[in-house]
Amino acid sequence: MLNLSLQSLALHLEKKTFSSAELTQFFLGRIKQHNPSLNAFISIDEEKSLTMAKKADELIAKGKKSTLTGIPVAQKDIFCSQGWPTTCGSKMLENFIAPYDAMVIEKFNEVGAVNIGKTNMDEFAMGSSNETSYFGPVKNPWNLDLVPGGSSGGSASAIAARLAPAATGTDTGGSIRQPASLCGFTGLKPTYGLVSRYGMIAFASSLDQAGPMAISAEDCALLMNVMSGHDKRDSTSIERDKEDYGSKLNSSIKGLKIGIPKEFFGEGLDSSVHTLIDAAIDQYKKLGAEIIEISLPNNHLAIPVYYVIAPAEASSNLSRYDGVRYGYRTKEYDDLTDMYFKTRQEGFGEEVKRRILIGTYVLSAGYYDAYYLKAQKIRRLISEDFTNAFKQCDVIMGPSAPSVAFNAGEKKEDPLAMYMQDIYTISTNLAGLPAMSIPAGFVSNLPVGLQLIGNYFTEAKLLNIAHSFQKNTDWHLKSAKGFE
Amino acid sequence: MDWDIVIGIETHIQLKTKSKQFSGASTAYGNEPNSQACLVSLAYPGLLPVLNHESVNCAIKLGLAINAKIARRSIFARKNYFYPDLPKGYQISQMELPIVGPGYLSINANEKKKDVRILRAHLEEDAGKSSHGVSQGKTGIDLNRAGTPLLEIVTEPDMNSAEEAVAYAKKLHELVQWIGICDGNMQEGSFRCDVNVSVKKKGTEVLGTRREIKNLNSFKFIKQAVDYEVNWQIETLEDGGKIDQATILFNPETGETKAMRSKEEANDYRYFPDPDLLPLLVTEEQIDEIKKLMPKLPDEMQESFKKELGLSEYDASEIASDSEVTKYFLALVDSKVNPKLSANWILGNLYSRLNEEEININQSPIDSQRLAELIKRIEDSTISNNAAKKVFDFIWDKSSITVDQAIDELGLKQISDSGEIDILVDQVLKNNQLMVEEYRSGKDKAFNALVGQVMKASKGKANPSQVSELLKQKISK
Repeated sequence: MLNLSLQSLALHLEKKTFSSAELTQFFLGRIKQHNPSLNAFISIDEEKSLTMAKKADELIAKGKKSTLTGIPVAQKDIFCSQGWPTTCGSKMLENFIAPYDAMVIEKFNEVGAVNIGKTNMDEFAMGSSNETSYFGPVKNPWNLDLVPGGSSGGSASAIAARLAPAATGTDTGGSIRQPASLCGFTGLKPTYGLVSRYGMIAFASSLDQAGPMAISAEDCALLMNVMSGHDKRDSTSIERDKEDYGSKLNSSIKGLKIGIPKEFFGEGLDSSVHTLIDAAIDQYKKLGAEIIEISLPNNHLAIPVYYVIAPAEASSNLSRYDGVRYGYRTKEYDDLTDMYFKTRQEGFGEEVKRRILIGTYVLSAGYYDAYYLKAQKIRRLISEDFTNAFKQCDVIMGPSAPSVAFNAGEKKEDPLAMYMQDIYTISTNLAGLPAMSIPAGFVSNLPVGLQLIGNYFTEAKLLNIAHSFQKNTDWHLKSAKGFE
Repeated sequence: MDWDIVIGIETHIQLKTKSKQFSGASTAYGNEPNSQACLVSLAYPGLLPVLNHESVNCAIKLGLAINAKIARRSIFARKNYFYPDLPKGYQISQMELPIVGPGYLSINANEKKKDVRILRAHLEEDAGKSSHGVSQGKTGIDLNRAGTPLLEIVTEPDMNSAEEAVAYAKKLHELVQWIGICDGNMQEGSFRCDVNVSVKKKGTEVLGTRREIKNLNSFKFIKQAVDYEVNWQIETLEDGGKIDQATILFNPETGETKAMRSKEEANDYRYFPDPDLLPLLVTEEQIDEIKKLMPKLPDEMQESFKKELGLSEYDASEIASDSEVTKYFLALVDSKVNPKLSANWILGNLYSRLNEEEININQSPIDSQRLAELIKRIEDSTISNNAAKKVFDFIWDKSSITVDQAIDELGLKQISDSGEIDILVDQVLKNNQLMVEEYRSGKDKAFNALVGQVMKASKGKANPSQVSELLKQKISK
């Protein structure tokens, strides 16, 4: 059951080699065994998961199955799931039981996939190391002293340690791709608007996008087929014809034009990571691709722009956590203001408070034009850089993160160093473009991810490009010692 | 010293939509607290606003009715502040790009016509309600109202007296009901005004510092509050004091205004475009569609009442001031009764009776059809106007009886049989020779007295015009 692709698992379930209940039990067993050391899951509910598995088995018995029926999927704890605690990694929502399902959860439920548990994450998805979670840091299966990346660190650790065959994540500035890079698996952040944000707890609304995390591009395509689709409950959800993201997996990539932005290979990129990325690009050359040097001249502004826009939206999105209607409320208070102060003081962690403060500041009277408005203008310039680049190439490639996984605690007290983790991923969120991270080799036994950035709605093409690589390499199939 | 009064008004009208501005929850008034607080109203994590397009149509209607520019693209923004009855911690409103741009509304005050410029109107959502002291030391939060669609209509500081302010408020109140976008219920808060008042020395250009009187929900309060505030400001300035910008409340019990918070305490609302909502786009076709559905506006209606139906200026404006009254009136005209007579009856007998009973015209027990029947009986000389009033009072609370039955029952049918009247006239002439002589010698009054005698003899049932006709004939013989 371990290391099988989703397609093979589906075949076994169909042939009844094993049942969904057995498969679910198997992964629950692995979670029980390894979660204490990894802390990848915030909540596990064996009974609920097994009930879902049994229902899936009934569907399979009746012949009413689709590909993901009966397959366990780990859900990032940012997606509201009816009856499950949905914490978003925060003390603020420690005891919050969602009364409804997020669109993503609904879609997995509809096809009879099994929710295997809710995964740990940086608090309100703010962080790049999964150290800001109220529920404790997540460990990287490749080395337990190291961080798994963030904010989807729990899902990342779960996939890398094979605690689940598939997982969901969200990516606001790199939260799927950077952990995919640090933990050595495949992650996709779709075009903004392709996956509904309904029921996905908001961090920065104009940047947040959910996506799949799995071993291979092939698996991600299957997950995308389920997750994507228009939802009228999210006004920013895009109306498009249903697409089969696996349909182009095996298309030829001969003549593919790969743009290499010189800005992605400058100072700050670890030299051994650089070497591996070069090697991966060489591999593509061997597969018939053409390499073109391109420029994204405003990329160096992506981090400052992001750290104006994302906190601005977050400061407003997080205002609802006021202790009035649900979630944490301080025990003792003198009056309303005191209740607000203490509730938010005690309920939010350091990083969340830092970003609320930044966001409140940049939106304040007298600062709005200089920060927020200016950031929006530069955001447009960053988008235009990509528009121009895609006139020359079909896909852009580079590193997903500047280095391999780093030590826990190393950057925790230095937010700026932490923010640099997303230097190659953030600009695509600002532009709303789809992008992936795929395993491209190892530096001292630690995985390195290659980033693929596509034009709007070219997910199927990106998956095809990734799959072509994965057919010719086995980096993505390697698993960490102790978790084989 | 002489002072100029400068007034601008911001009106919040609650739009007549079934569901909330950004969710499917009901907007009905007066239900069990929080029974209409859906998860969006409660601002649960992960829930997103979805625009109710019915409210957009309402805004377009208003725009058309005030001759305003309707923005093809407008933007929803978040107004951030903390309050327990504001569940998201921000209100979705429109800031920089509102849906309705500059327009105007014509008012009549102190016998003068004036155009009040409207700066803008924008869509937003209402907050919930805090009830202090529901139980000891506690505040209850009712989120039924949270998210209710509002249109905020903002004027330029174009009004110069309490009378003009009231005339504007009344005119707008009548208009929004007329075009069907607001129920106008002021008690339930469907129409509430924030009135900005300042004074400046007569003839000076620079505006004085304004104070904003919040949430006035009756025309009487607007008048009282503005009068009080103007006096207070003038007295303060004349005593050498200074006006500080402030938000103030009017206390209807004392008739006084009192500062709620000063400018220093004012919130920084940190407006920014709401990333959860796309820009609101309105197409030419959409506006044309709505144009087709727009009723004739009160001012146009008033003109046509005057020109086409021959009503006096006063009658036309009175009838056109209320859409329900207009409907009633037009129903009468449709049943082919004389428009002038209809207007007289509505503004006379019907109005005084409605006032007595404190009910609206659409609750009148005598509907337009019954009143039409009654007026027809005057027109065809079955009864006199005076007799009709008796019938009107008689049938007021008797819905089962027809007009004709009532006339019979009251014995009010006019005698139009010329033979019968002939006999009465002859008798009167015979018994009043003196009066006949007086009339012949040029005293016109004597003729009226003769008519009166015949009417008296007929117990009021003779047709007066028939009587005078006959009298004239017989006397001149």
